[in-house]
Amino acid sequence: MNKVDELLLEEVIGTNLKEADAINIRKNGKSIERKISPYIEIVSKKDKNGIDIYVKDDVKFGIIHIPVIITESGLTDVVYNDFYIGKNSNVIIMAGCGIHNDLHKDSEHDGIHRFFLSENSKVKYVEKHYGEGKGSGKKVLNPTTEIYMKAGSSMNMDSLQIKGVDDTIRITKGELAENTTLVINEKILTNNANKAKSEFYIELNGNGSSTHVTSRSVATEDSYQEFKSNIIGNAKCYAHIECDGILKENGCVKAIPEIFAKNVDANLIHEAAIGKIAGEQLLKLMSLGLNEKEAEDAIIKGFLK
Amino acid sequence: MIELKNICFTRNNKKILDNINLVLEDEKFYCLTGPNGSGKSTLAKIIMGIEHPDSGNIYLNGVDITDKTIAERANLGIGFAFQEPVRFKGITVFDLLKFATKKNISRNDACTYLSKVGLCALEYVDREVNNSLSGGELKRIEIATVIARNPSVAIFDEPEAGIDLWSFQNLNNVFKELEATYKGVTLVISHQEKILDIADEIILLEQGNIVKKGNKIDMLDTILPSTKCCKKVKYE
Ligand SMILES: Nc1ncnc2c1ncn2[C@@H]1O[C@H](COP(=O)(O)OP(=O)(O)OP(=O)(O)O)[C@@H](O)[C@H]1O
Ligand SMILES: [Mg+2]
Repeated sequence: MNKVDELLLEEVIGTNLKEADAINIRKNGKSIERKISPYIEIVSKKDKNGIDIYVKDDVKFGIIHIPVIITESGLTDVVYNDFYIGKNSNVIIMAGCGIHNDLHKDSEHDGIHRFFLSENSKVKYVEKHYGEGKGSGKKVLNPTTEIYMKAGSSMNMDSLQIKGVDDTIRITKGELAENTTLVINEKILTNNANKAKSEFYIELNGNGSSTHVTSRSVATEDSYQEFKSNIIGNAKCYAHIECDGILKENGCVKAIPEIFAKNVDANLIHEAAIGKIAGEQLLKLMSLGLNEKEAEDAIIKGFLK
Repeated sequence: MIELKNICFTRNNKKILDNINLVLEDEKFYCLTGPNGSGKSTLAKIIMGIEHPDSGNIYLNGVDITDKTIAERANLGIGFAFQEPVRFKGITVFDLLKFATKKNISRNDACTYLSKVGLCALEYVDREVNNSLSGGELKRIEIATVIARNPSVAIFDEPEAGIDLWSFQNLNNVFKELEATYKGVTLVISHQEKILDIADEIILLEQGNIVKKGNKIDMLDTILPSTKCCKKVKYE
């Protein structure tokens, strides 16, 4: 790994890579580093690109890091990663992709991640997307996340795309059995002529299942964002979908909510609010001595924190 | 010292402030009172620079600040606690106090400010200043952000509104302390007798006009309901 690689990794995972129990680092389409533990196994797929990650039953606390970095211009990397989480296990998974593209050809990473949560398992999943580089080549990231939750399991997913990704289509699907909880926090900042689309398809199939999806987007300059949610309540369940957008310059945000209650005990809520920064928030911060630009930056930084 | 000269502010053909002339001196505690809609908050916002007068001038220690921005006035030492504090998404109490002090203050410092306004500090430092805070909590945090700035002109717009009776006593002590130790101008907009009690001077605003200005004794018959007034007179 060279300096660029290390910096990209740091953007995606932070500096505590070595603390993980299991690690798989993928660079330009190949695994370059792997670590496994007695409780967490990582196996390369035979039929296609990607890995299977197996977490045994009753693992009390495990940390898994599977970052991807791309430094080759013109590369399209498609990868399939499947996570099998054993009963009663509790793990933190950090994933994400950093692209460094200094040339004129497009670089693309499509990560298809599937999570199979066994009964009473618990997953915290953090995914960060980042692009950099001086070239005109686009940095494209299309993550798909599928989450299958057995009874009593819970998952908390944070996804963050803060900088430099030209094009993204993110798709998140969930199927929830009884007494499951799926919490998703998504934060996206777009600038230049970036385009970002995020779609959520969640089916609440079991009694006592619930989901809370919060999407916060900041669309600046000439960028465009689209948020689509499609939530189906098939049982006694609860869903709260929140889409909050801040616009600057010529930024555009479109929110398309769809909630479909198919059971009399389903309780589904959708809230969407898009607009420029609230004037009174700016006034308050300015009355504390921040100039207009500083106040705006502080509000956006807090919003995406 | 703050001086307002011939301040007029008209909206929708309504004279909200009608040629206001007012001098507020250092080391004095003023209470601005008057009926709902009389223009109290508007007057405060004009001093902070949140609203701009149609005509007239504002002077801070003799310097004309009429054309200065909000941030410039803040950095010259004017502080203002909003009547209806603003809620944010993602910004914490600690963040606000850091902005207010312009320093990388420690959590301990932040806690000191929060304790002053009667909040169990550790519970609140990392709370987001969002919808999850109650009205009274938000109001206290608002007051803390202004006290933390140590402004030379401190304006509080109905600081005790929404604060329960029990805590009101303590908050009152905060203002008493300000009154006793503070070098600058303190202007509190309030209807509370307790606050009127502390004030060196009371200013009564009605329909955008200052109808009376003086100490509590001078003002008694004008402001307080006659029964209370009689009682006071009898006992004193
Ligand atoms: N920008 C504006 N446009 C139109 N009307 C305004 C504007 N600002 C204030 N007003 C009106 O001016 C009047 C004075 O408002 P202000 O908020 O100053 O009253 P106040 O004395 O603080 O009242 P309260 O005791 O209810 O807080 C009100 O009738 C209000 O509706
Ligand atoms: Mg008012």
